[in-house]
Amino acid sequence: MTDDERIAEELKRNIFLTTVDRIYDWCRRGSMWPISFGLACCAFEMICAAAARFDLARFGMEAVRATPRQADLMIVAGTVTHKMAPQVLRLYRQMAEPKYVIAMGACAISGGTFRSYSVLQGVDKIIPVDVYVPGCPPRPEALLHGIIKLQEKIERQSVRTVPWYRKA
Amino acid sequence: MLKTRTITLNLGPQHPSTHGVFRMVLTMDGETIVDLKPIFGYLHRGMEKLAETRTYLQNMPLTDRMDYICAMTNNLAYAITVEKLAGLEVPERAEYIRVIMAEFTRVVNHLVAIGALLNDLGAFFTPMLYCLRERERILDLFEMTCGARMTCNYLRFGGVAADLPEEFVPQAREVVAGLYYWVDDLERLLTTNEILLARLQGIGILPRELAINCSVTGPTLRASGVPYDVRRAAPYSIYDRFDFKIPTLDEGDCYARYLIRLAEIRQSLHIIEQALDHLPPGEVQAKVPRLLRPPVGDAYARIESPKGELGFYLVSDGGISPYRFHVRAPTLINLTVLPDLVRGLRIPDLVAIIGSIDIVMGEIDR
Repeated sequence: MTDDERIAEELKRNIFLTTVDRIYDWCRRGSMWPISFGLACCAFEMICAAAARFDLARFGMEAVRATPRQADLMIVAGTVTHKMAPQVLRLYRQMAEPKYVIAMGACAISGGTFRSYSVLQGVDKIIPVDVYVPGCPPRPEALLHGIIKLQEKIERQSVRTVPWYRKA
Repeated sequence: MLKTRTITLNLGPQHPSTHGVFRMVLTMDGETIVDLKPIFGYLHRGMEKLAETRTYLQNMPLTDRMDYICAMTNNLAYAITVEKLAGLEVPERAEYIRVIMAEFTRVVNHLVAIGALLNDLGAFFTPMLYCLRERERILDLFEMTCGARMTCNYLRFGGVAADLPEEFVPQAREVVAGLYYWVDDLERLLTTNEILLARLQGIGILPRELAINCSVTGPTLRASGVPYDVRRAAPYSIYDRFDFKIPTLDEGDCYARYLIRLAEIRQSLHIIEQALDHLPPGEVQAKVPRLLRPPVGDAYARIESPKGELGFYLVSDGGISPYRFHVRAPTLINLTVLPDLVRGLRIPDLVAIIGSIDIVMGEIDR
């Protein structure tokens, strides 16, 4: 067997055909980095989800970043008050595209039990939300389920149609 | 002569070591902190006002969400206040269950406090993982009793919502025995660690007089050499029946606050053991009208929550909801000493001090 033939044989075993969309979505889905951004009670269940028992690392999301510029996923965990809303929006804008948002808990979804003068009635009033995880606070399993749903959503996206590659 | 000017540095509200949404405006002279101005209110949910529009029992879930790490002690403080206001009696078994739950909550809180402190010091997540692992065992007990992990909403006026399930007592004993062993383990892992000593010893010394003058309570006060604990000073529930020590240290630095928490975990486990031994049979809920209308008047009751003295002040106008609902939040008052502690130190020390004071924003902003 000549060298050329050997190389050809090797290539046959090591080259896979796929689509850009599929490999892109696979990469994106498996390495989403959330921003460490806890607002209230739900933040603690988020920490529990990252800890040993529930282990967010199984889904490639354990690399929690402290700065929005390195993060892909914002888990809005807790009550967003009117005073905090501008900072939430600012953090969202500082994140680089593509970015996703999970609204965790009743407060982030709709204000929850706090129908008061100081609470924003749902974070979707200021930023777009991909997945809603209900509960007060949701169990860590519920957050994991929400993240898996988000991964399914990412698998369906196409490079051709996602907004961040469109011409302005 | 070289002229330098101070710069203003903003820390928070989104910062990994501010324990929530706490913001500080620092005035820095180079690396040294000259002044600190805390800014609250990023988690102000208007609880005290909301409580005035709801019935007494509907306010119980609000107290869960104040200090969300120790929901049971918040429930206890509120229940005791309403019972004082309305003159309700609590059955013996319910009192024991309350004590067991409150002490388990104290253990949970101190585990989280120690884990978060180490996290802030840069021991990223390893001590926290150990602490959370043990915390999960206690949360399992809460879950089997009331169905929720964190926001328990378990106590009722004149008792508790449901009796303990059968498996509770044996499993609780197992958890307590395991925790004794584990606290020793944690002590071996951390207490004499050189980095921990360098970062905590002699940092953020809170003098005894300042602590008393600022009405600091809880482990932060006891680390400054004042043996004050509401469980001993003004016993509520049935705390006068238990044998426990009040650990105090004189140093008043971050390291002392860390040691006090470890010692308190052991004392809490000791109380739980005694309560489990003497748990009487019987009812867990006294006869209380479904829609409580306490007589006109006011009441203030306080307990030793894991973070300090937690008090509720309620005013009743004879209606179904409180006329005024005020909370004396321990961490808000403990935080008032922060500017005095950090002057002349550096930002890493500030982070250690906040971690050792153990704040939770839900309670500070309410």
